[in-house]
Amino acid sequence: MELFFQQLLNGLTLGSVYILVGIGLTLVFGILHVPNFAHGSLYLIGGYMTLMTMKWFGVHYFIAIIMSIITVALLAVLMERLVFNPLRDAPAIHDKIAAIGMVLFFEALVSLMWGTEYHRMQTPFGDTIKIAGMSTSAQRILVIAVAAMVVVLLYLFLKKTMIGASILAMAQNREGAFLVGINANAVAMMTFAISGVLAAIAASLASPINLVFPAMGHLVILKAFVVVIIGGMGSIPGAIIGGMILGISESLGATYISNDYKDMIAFLLLIIIMTARPKGLFAKEVY
Amino acid sequence: MGKLLTGRNGILFMLGLSILFPLFFLDNRYVLYVMTTSFIFIIAIYGMNLLAGYTGQLSLAHAGFFAIGAYSVGILTTKAGMNFWLALVLAVIITCVIGFALGIIALRTREHFFAIYTLIVGYLIYLLIDKWDGLTGGVRGLIGIPIPNSIGPIEFNSAVSMYYLVLLFLVLSIFIGVRIVRSLTGRTYIAIRNSEELAQTLGINTRTNKLVSFVVSVAYAGLAGGLYASLTRFIGPEIAGIEMVFNFLVYLIVGGIGTLTGPIVGTMLFIWLTQFLQSFQEYRMLIFGPILVVIVIFYPTGLAGAFYSLKHKWLGNKEQKKEKISEIESMKKTSIQSREV
Repeated sequence: MELFFQQLLNGLTLGSVYILVGIGLTLVFGILHVPNFAHGSLYLIGGYMTLMTMKWFGVHYFIAIIMSIITVALLAVLMERLVFNPLRDAPAIHDKIAAIGMVLFFEALVSLMWGTEYHRMQTPFGDTIKIAGMSTSAQRILVIAVAAMVVVLLYLFLKKTMIGASILAMAQNREGAFLVGINANAVAMMTFAISGVLAAIAASLASPINLVFPAMGHLVILKAFVVVIIGGMGSIPGAIIGGMILGISESLGATYISNDYKDMIAFLLLIIIMTARPKGLFAKEVY
Repeated sequence: MGKLLTGRNGILFMLGLSILFPLFFLDNRYVLYVMTTSFIFIIAIYGMNLLAGYTGQLSLAHAGFFAIGAYSVGILTTKAGMNFWLALVLAVIITCVIGFALGIIALRTREHFFAIYTLIVGYLIYLLIDKWDGLTGGVRGLIGIPIPNSIGPIEFNSAVSMYYLVLLFLVLSIFIGVRIVRSLTGRTYIAIRNSEELAQTLGINTRTNKLVSFVVSVAYAGLAGGLYASLTRFIGPEIAGIEMVFNFLVYLIVGGIGTLTGPIVGTMLFIWLTQFLQSFQEYRMLIFGPILVVIVIFYPTGLAGAFYSLKHKWLGNKEQKKEKISEIESMKKTSIQSREV
């Protein structure tokens, strides 16, 4: 039983990371109407920026995360301006292909600049702590706490501020948003920046537990797709539920079924869900 | 010059060139090998083009099916001791059956859901090959796949003979591809690509058509995979990997998606470019990635499309000039007439 709760906690940690990446993906989908395959690159750069800022400047973990957030947000805005904005009237297949081009580029760039080896990220929260008889690392608790905080802040931002409301408006009805005078370019850049921030936070939090390496974005983006499809493309509550389902089923599956095949669980889950419901479990309503 | 390299003449010219090609490199196995590899990839890309370029369904599981074809030949020849030709036919059939079964499910999803679904199916195929040690040899791969058995007096133990064998399959594949695209079926596919709703309204059974297109596309991948296995004689799980799909995409997009010459141009160009940049292997995506983005933004139909649009522009300008001249002349006439009045 103790093992079960231990794994449940690990599942929550995993799920929190998936939720952060998934929400970014879902938000951008609201603007682009195409899944951003390059979202994994933002995650990748986020992880490396935190690691390298800590290495170069010897700054504290949190300061490194803030640096990483700023860089990745700028990068995401650049992505929108240089690639997706020129493609906004092109067929959907072109956005996907351009995004794949960026994935290739960033992965090669990272391996050129920092090598292809695996890096371990130091964290001030490496100690083991005991909660209700379970021992776990403080980092895992931090992941869950920060993710929960970020999700609440994001919710408040989207519901209570003008900018947030305009993002939701764009996602709900593009033409309608134009009619009431919403600046489409500003909203698109804002959304990309937010998705970059979320990806950077997720990568920086998860890296001390996993590792930092050039292909780290692949698996995460594939799983973020699973999350977003489980929850319905474009839905934030859906992404939260999807992230939790995936995180917990993966962590329990790794313990009780097979550790070798744990990555397969996510994809089998997705295939089963999409076979039954081609548009995802909670598709339809936006937000 | 414009007439010389397009249409029937162009095809005959390219065919003649590819038949004569080995004569210049009789003792250069390397050049022939690279050329043969590029032919095999062209076959695979042709299948991808039929589905993504003409039917509008971007399947990212294409490398997975390529690997299924390759591993079918590999396993049937090395483990079951089967004749290569039988194994190749079986490989195509196996790929088609798996493709058919998957297509029924995958094609229920649409547009980007289809892309994601197939991306993940492709990744699952990779994981399965990588982990199923007993059947596929896992990470170590399959070694010692035999060369094609000789047919009567024709043997396939030299690079030249392999070249001609693959060339034969390539010509056959291109021929079938062109026939499909130019037939009513091909036009049906294009109608589906342009608008699925509209095609449905016109009475086209989109599900069956998409499924047939998917299976044909997969058959191309399976054939290419089978040939690849006996050419390289060693296959590893990485041929099913995401990198491979990306490579396929780069070849297709840069060459020209939805064009008949695009796959040929793109694949040849990149296979040779990769050979020249061998020392740069790991970082070649540093160049290929941005090229992909730039091409998609500025030349959505790739090099082939850019060539055709330039040609049309050029011819169009000529015609426009003629029109302008005649227009000016008629204006002169009317002005003269009006003056006379």
